[in-house]
Amino acid sequence: MLEWIRQLGRGGFGFFEKLGRSSLFLLKTLAGIPSVLRRPYLLTAQLLSVGVLSLLLIAVSGLFVGMVLALQGYNTLVDFGAEESLGVVVALSIVRELGPVVTGLLFAGRAGSALTAEIGLMKATEQLSGMEMMAVDPIHRVIAPRFLAGVLSMPLLAAIFSAVGIYGGYFVGVGLLGVDDGAFWSQMQSKVDLHEDVYNGVIKSLVFGVVVSWIAVFEGYDTVPTSEGVSRATTRTVVHSAFAVLGLDFVLTALMFGDY
Amino acid sequence: MKQTKTTELLVGVFIAAGIAALFVLAMKVSNLSSFSQADGYTLTARFENVGGLKVRSPVTVGGVRVGRVAHIDYDSGRFEAVATLELDSKYNQFPDDTSASIYTSGLLGEQYIALEPGGSEDLLGDGSEIELTQSALVLEKLVSKFLFSKAAEDNTSAEAGE
Repeated sequence: MLEWIRQLGRGGFGFFEKLGRSSLFLLKTLAGIPSVLRRPYLLTAQLLSVGVLSLLLIAVSGLFVGMVLALQGYNTLVDFGAEESLGVVVALSIVRELGPVVTGLLFAGRAGSALTAEIGLMKATEQLSGMEMMAVDPIHRVIAPRFLAGVLSMPLLAAIFSAVGIYGGYFVGVGLLGVDDGAFWSQMQSKVDLHEDVYNGVIKSLVFGVVVSWIAVFEGYDTVPTSEGVSRATTRTVVHSAFAVLGLDFVLTALMFGDY
Repeated sequence: MKQTKTTELLVGVFIAAGIAALFVLAMKVSNLSSFSQADGYTLTARFENVGGLKVRSPVTVGGVRVGRVAHIDYDSGRFEAVATLELDSKYNQFPDDTSASIYTSGLLGEQYIALEPGGSEDLLGDGSEIELTQSALVLEKLVSKFLFSKAAEDNTSAEAGE
């Protein structure tokens, strides 16, 4: 019994210690960002692997999410004779929630895990220590460009997801199900607010970008330098990112759209 | 490390696509082209009952949208709801006998305020109050009124029959 309580305490210490370590790490990474801006080619290379190569996955997912939303929304709305509101349903669900959240989850799986594995393997093969030996700060050279690329890519990817998703909904709703073209757009435009819906969606995606990139680079940097350690760190990145995105989404939604 | 031209091109395309998507969301999906809140023209109107009127509900004149409801407050002194209407500044020429009514668009649609300009020579200034108002129609009230009048009718006809 006593042993059990002690274990609980050790777990708690471990949690807070990791939280503290990762916060200090985030501060150091943020301090490394100015040196990235002096060497933009480091950032460009990472934007390619983090952003551009995720583009196809994000666009295709967005298209199908929008199409499914239109199909499901139509089946419900048609019972009330309100199928003209399909545009509102699709646009609000995508812009407010699904765009940032699904992009965040896909981004964690596509780019976050790759970042962790790459940095973890660099640590396991002692490339990071090698850099330190040559008086190159690995945080400035390796971590900060990857973090910044993740933070910049997320809002752009989420915006692409949302735009493609809405056109997917348009294609199914107007093209296949026969909703009126004008009503689809005009109802959407009258109900979707630029500040309340679009900006808040962008803010959400920016927050998710910071959190997912932070988790990914920290788990990579903090990995146990063995092949098993790298594989565990990669798994932890995806799991923790998913929890963080879904949990933060609730908090942000409550703050942004709750009436208090 | 030297960047190849392809990398730079692809990243450029990615950033341009992201910004274009944001632009589409702003212009095509949301109502950017409608009213800016900065240079509004505000009027207030008191209602006994605002029904389902909400902040951001439309304000129309003759069916044309000219603004929206900015706030809805309760005046505890006069037991009335006070709605603040924010109109586009180009529509600032309402006579002071303009009336405001709350209507419902469609059977289950949202509620909106319809303004009907009167014939007075004097104009309502910025921030002034619309005196003539008509409250929202509450369906339950209407139904109960109808039922009571029906019951009363039955009673009187029953009495007449005796």
